[in-house]
Amino acid sequence: MAFGKYKEVYALKAKDNAVTGVAQDGGVVTALLCYALDQGIIDGAIVAGNSETPWLPKPVVATTKEEIIAAAGTKYTISPNVAAVKDAVREMGCDKLAVVGTPCQIYAIQKMRLYPFGARHVPDKIAMTIGIFCTENFTYQGLKTIIEDHCKVPIESVKKMEIGKGKFSIKADKDVAIPIKETHKYEQPGDHVCTDLTAEFADIATGSIGTPDGWSTTFGRTTRGTELLKKAIAAGVFESKAMADVQPGLPLLEKLEAAKKDKAKKHVEEMKSLGLFVTPGIIY
Amino acid sequence: MGLLDKILGKTSGAPSKEVTAAPTAAPVTKAPEPVKQEVAPKKSEEVKVSKPKLAYVHLSGCTGCLISLSDNYEKLLDVLGAVDQVYNLTLMDQRELPEGKIDIALVEGAVCLQDEHSVHLIKETREKAGLVIAYGGCAATGCVTNFCRGGQANQPQHESFVPINRVIKVDAYIPGCPPTPEIIYNVAIAAVTGDMEYLQPFLADKGGYACGCDLFTKIVENGLCIGCGTCASSCPTRALEMQFGRPSLNNTRCVKCGACSAACPRSFLPVSQIEKKLMV
Ligand SMILES: Cc1cc2nc3c(=O)[nH]c(=O)nc-3n(C[C@H](O)[C@H](O)[C@H](O)COP(=O)(O)OP(=O)(O)OC[C@H]3O[C@@H](n4cnc5c(N)ncnc54)[C@H](O)[C@@H]3O)c2cc1C
Ligand code: SF4
Ligand code: SF4
Ligand code: SF4
Repeated sequence: MAFGKYKEVYALKAKDNAVTGVAQDGGVVTALLCYALDQGIIDGAIVAGNSETPWLPKPVVATTKEEIIAAAGTKYTISPNVAAVKDAVREMGCDKLAVVGTPCQIYAIQKMRLYPFGARHVPDKIAMTIGIFCTENFTYQGLKTIIEDHCKVPIESVKKMEIGKGKFSIKADKDVAIPIKETHKYEQPGDHVCTDLTAEFADIATGSIGTPDGWSTTFGRTTRGTELLKKAIAAGVFESKAMADVQPGLPLLEKLEAAKKDKAKKHVEEMKSLGLFVTPGIIY
Repeated sequence: MGLLDKILGKTSGAPSKEVTAAPTAAPVTKAPEPVKQEVAPKKSEEVKVSKPKLAYVHLSGCTGCLISLSDNYEKLLDVLGAVDQVYNLTLMDQRELPEGKIDIALVEGAVCLQDEHSVHLIKETREKAGLVIAYGGCAATGCVTNFCRGGQANQPQHESFVPINRVIKVDAYIPGCPPTPEIIYNVAIAAVTGDMEYLQPFLADKGGYACGCDLFTKIVENGLCIGCGTCASSCPTRALEMQFGRPSLNNTRCVKCGACSAACPRSFLPVSQIEKKLMV
């Protein structure tokens, strides 16, 4: 399967209006973290919070529902979430930490659990990893240029950004959408060797591709991730549908993931032909 | 000794220059459980490996590496129980390396070139030990001892300290200042259970010397960095700060321990191990 192994997959939408009002898609990440915190399954979560600079995220160790909700929504630029791991465990004393991240950040956490080179007393404190799908990410300067030069809107006035259906769209005083093609040159180069769209190595992976607007395609990939999802669904946190019953469903996800893997393979070959270092193990 | 042959077969015989985290052809008995769980070494009759003779060779360092090893607390007994410790200046009443062959030498600290005893000891270690592991920053890269300028009482002539690979051939490196208790535990258990796949990234022909600069020459300047922040959280001296999604190095703080480069998901990515050990 192109999008990695999983135990369960659902189409989900959070019921809580406080979550859906601010979340990017189905509010799966925010609602799940709040539920896990309530249930004592986690005692903190690393999320991409807001900084003083508009749309420049900063990693935050959220230990309350308010902090989790305040960090909802996608920021289409780099939030170095893994940088906060040691602080979360060693300074804030989290014993059961959840980490939210892009697929590449999930790799970093999982590598850290197996090879904790500089992560003393961290590996056994990672209680849950929640991966968000990712096609590409932008540098902050790149994102700012897309919004201010291409969409012609001041970045501080933007309320929401979205990528989908071939467009980069923003909601601001006026809504603007530009062809996604225009944004390609602002992608960070490191993404071009990335083979993972669907956070294949997270406990839970979620994203919008595959489900209708306002819903999220959500995989339970490990036992602990799947158990959390099942409990939350049973507790009524989500409206839930079978993936087979929604459009466009998993075939689209499979197609896009395969395309991402192909692209990465080609890029890696190019780098190798130039004699450049390429991360061992990155093509799988 | 089966295990040692396996490891040495890998370090000397392997023609491939390329570092790989992919499964190797080496016979892997059984992978250790995920780090989260208690991993007890298997009973000796199952492993069919006699206890390796281990020498802990202590050169110029701060003893932090040894302390980190003992910070495994009760799990330290798993490590010590798995080996036959024949030499350890700090923990045992034995002043010289014993006669005859040693299987594994775990070396902490850099070699002081003005200290004849250190130079002899590391040479003797190489002659006697099947496998020499540079354990921790000082042995691997010189680390904090790089900054020594001599002139101190009571050995003012002790000025230049070099990583042990400047004097002898090294088979494997464990970076970090100090290496975390978990990483040394994992290496020990992997060595005892014959988990060659786990040990791959530590082997000398796969690299070894790593410092903050390598993040830039290998990862950032190569267009591979994705701004995850792992390097910053791995740094013991907070020499790295994330700025606009890239690490920024304060090189006056960097002690060249190598933890950042080793931890970066773009230096190597152990996909098949993540699949096997964590995706359960
Ligand atoms: C750069 C990027 C590219 C993406 N590309 C796609 C895509 O191509 N297809 C797709 O289906 N989905 C993509 N997503 C995921 C999607 O935008 C949503 O984040 C995801 O569906 C979760 O929605 P939600 O309503 O469940 O999350 P919410 O409840 O809104 O929570 C989102 C969580 O993600 C965290 N977050 C936000 N921005 C970042 C960031 N930059 N880095 C790390 N964490 C962050 C927030 O702190 C929050 O905890 C992308 C996300 C990012 C950050
Ligand atoms: S495309 Fe890959 S490397 Fe780039 S941000 Fe997304 S998950 Fe990370
Ligand atoms: S930057 Fe930090 S982690 Fe990296 S080598 Fe220097 S001291 Fe070690
Ligand atoms: S650890 Fe992450 S942020 Fe640091 S250099 Fe590597 S990819 Fe970049």
